[in-house]
Amino acid sequence: MILNRTQTNAFSTDRNTRSSAHLYTTSKIASGNINLKKRFRIGEFIAENIIKGVSFISFAVIVLIFIFVFREAAPIFSPAKQTSVTNSELVQETYGEESSTASEHITEQKNKSVESSGYEGDATAKNLLGKEWQPVSENPKYGLLPLIIGSFKVTFIAVLIGAPIAILAALYTSFFAPRKLREILKPTIEFLSGFPSVVIGFFALVTLASLFQHFFGYQYRLNAFVGGIALSLAAIPIIYSVTEDALSAVPKFMTEASLALGATKWQTALFVVLPAATPGVFAALLLGVGRAFGETMIVLMATGNASLMSMNFFEPIRTMSATIGAEMAEVVFGDTHYNVLFFIGSILFIFTFILNAVAEFYVRNKLQKKFQGTA
Amino acid sequence: MTTETKIITKNLNLHYGEKHALKNISLDIPANRVTALIGPSGCGKSTFLRSLNRMNDLIDNVRIDGSVLIDGTDIYYNGIDVVELRKKVGMIFQKSNPFPKSIFDNVAYGPRINGVHDKKILDEIVEKSLQRSALWSEVKDDLKKSGLALSGGQQQRLCIARALAVNPDILLMDEPASALDPLATSKIEELIYELKENYTIVIVTHNMQQAARVSDYTAFFYLGSLIEYDETKKIFTTPKEKQTEDYITGRFG
Repeated sequence: MILNRTQTNAFSTDRNTRSSAHLYTTSKIASGNINLKKRFRIGEFIAENIIKGVSFISFAVIVLIFIFVFREAAPIFSPAKQTSVTNSELVQETYGEESSTASEHITEQKNKSVESSGYEGDATAKNLLGKEWQPVSENPKYGLLPLIIGSFKVTFIAVLIGAPIAILAALYTSFFAPRKLREILKPTIEFLSGFPSVVIGFFALVTLASLFQHFFGYQYRLNAFVGGIALSLAAIPIIYSVTEDALSAVPKFMTEASLALGATKWQTALFVVLPAATPGVFAALLLGVGRAFGETMIVLMATGNASLMSMNFFEPIRTMSATIGAEMAEVVFGDTHYNVLFFIGSILFIFTFILNAVAEFYVRNKLQKKFQGTA
Repeated sequence: MTTETKIITKNLNLHYGEKHALKNISLDIPANRVTALIGPSGCGKSTFLRSLNRMNDLIDNVRIDGSVLIDGTDIYYNGIDVVELRKKVGMIFQKSNPFPKSIFDNVAYGPRINGVHDKKILDEIVEKSLQRSALWSEVKDDLKKSGLALSGGQQQRLCIARALAVNPDILLMDEPASALDPLATSKIEELIYELKENYTIVIVTHNMQQAARVSDYTAFFYLGSLIEYDETKKIFTTPKEKQTEDYITGRFG
C-alpha cells in the first residue's frame, strides 16, 4: 500500500506542476483512491501463450513441409547416390504390378531394364530439361519441359478467360448493381470458390469437352482449352472476390468527386475507381494465377494428360500438378521417378511462393505510395 | 440590389426512407452572389445543397418531390441528363478529395472525360483553373507531383480548380473550410469572394462568422425547414424570427 500511495502521489504532483502551477497558488495534492499496481492476470497469460503456441505450430508445419519436399527432391542432384539396388527394386515392383498374367515375359523385361536403366534413367540436368516425359519405360525420360509448358499454357488460358470476366463482374457488383442484387451476387460467386474441384473437373470432362468439340470441331476432345475453361471456373471466384473488396475499399468521396465533375458512371469506374484499386486488382490476379497453377484435379480430368510440347491451345497437355497427382500413388518410394516428382513439387512450391511474395510486396509498396502522395 | 435569379426551388420535399429531411423548401438563389446556408447539424442544409446537383440520387431510398429550376429548367424533370447537369453545377466537398493522381491530371480530369485530349488546350485549361483557384503560383513548378502531397488548404484549392476546369455556372460548397486552419480558411474565403464575379456560389457552413464574411444572402435551416432567408446583413443584424436570432447569438445549435 505504501508503494501504491507513492505512485499515486507521483502522478498527481506531475499533473499539478505541469498544467496548473500557474493557476493555483497552493500546490496541495488531491487525495484520490487509485490503485495502479501492476496485476498478474492468469487467464490472459494462458490465452496469450496458447495462441502464440498455435501460431508457431502452424508456422513450423509449413517450414517442415518445405524442408521435406526439398529433401525428397534433393537426390536427383547427386546421381551417384542412385545405386543399382534401388533401381532393381523399382523395376521389380513397377512391372510386377502392371501386368501379372504374362509372368515369363515380365522376368525377361525385368532383367533387361535392370541392365539398361542404370545411367540413362538418371535425372541429370540434361535429362530434366528434355522434351519427353516417359518416367515408366525401359529407358525412362524425365524431361520436365512439356509439363512446365503444359502448366503455363493452361494457366494462361484460364486467366485470360477468367480475369476479364471476374474483374468486370466485380466492377458491376461494386459499382452498378443495386444494393439488393449485390447482396445476392457476391456471396453466390464466392460460394463457387468452395466448390469441390473434382465436380468442376467432372463437369468439364463430361459436358464441356463434348460441347466445345462439337462447337469448334477440333481433333482432341480433352485439351488445354477445355482444361483452361474449367480452370477459369475455379479462378474466377478468387479473382472476383479480392477485386470486389479492392474496388469497394476505394473511398466513396473519390467516386463522388468524379460524378460531381460530370463524369458518367462508366468513366468514374474506369478512370477513378479501377486505377485507385490497381494494387488490389493486381493481387487478385496473382492469387488467381496461383490457384490455377496449383490446381490438380481439374486439369487431371480435363486436359487429356498427354505431355506434348506444342503451342496449339487445342492439343492435350499434361501439367506439373496433374503429373504429381497421377503418378505419386504408383511410384516406388525412393526411386528416381519419386525424387523427380518431388522436384516438380518444389518447382510448384517456389513458383507459388514467388507469386505470393510479389503480390504482397508490390501491393504494399504501391498502396503506400498511392495514398501517401509520394508517387 | 437587383440581380437575376439563378436557382429557384419550389416546395422541395425530400425523404430518406421514413425521414422527412427537407420540408417544403422554396428559395430563390441569385446569380453571381454568394448564398450561405446555415443551421445546426442535421438541419438539412447539406441535403438541400446536394439536391441542387442531384448528388442525392446516389443514396438509396431517397424520394424527392417539388421542383428545382436552374435557369428556368426543372432539373428533376425526367428528360434531364444528370451528367450534363453536374458539369454545369460543380461541387466542392467538406473533405478535400483530390484523386490519387498528379496535380495536372487532377485538374485535367474533367476536360479529359469531356473529350479534350489536345495537350495545348489541356495545359491552358489547367493553368487558367489553377490561377483562378489561387494555387498556380504555389504549384506551377511541380504539376507532376501527386495531389495528395499538397497541404490541406492547397488540396481544397486544387479541388476548386478541378471543379472550375469543367467550366460550371454554379459552385456548390459543402463546408469547404471546416477542416482547414484559419490561414488556409481565409485564403479560401478570399477566393470565394473573387469567384462570385463569374459564378453563382452556394455555400454550406457551420461557421457563422464565415457566413457573415463571405455571403450576400443567408438562409437559416432548422429541422428540415427553411426558417428565414434574407440578405446576410439583415439576418445577422435584425433577424425576423426568434429561432434565427437564438441560433446566431449562440443560444443553441
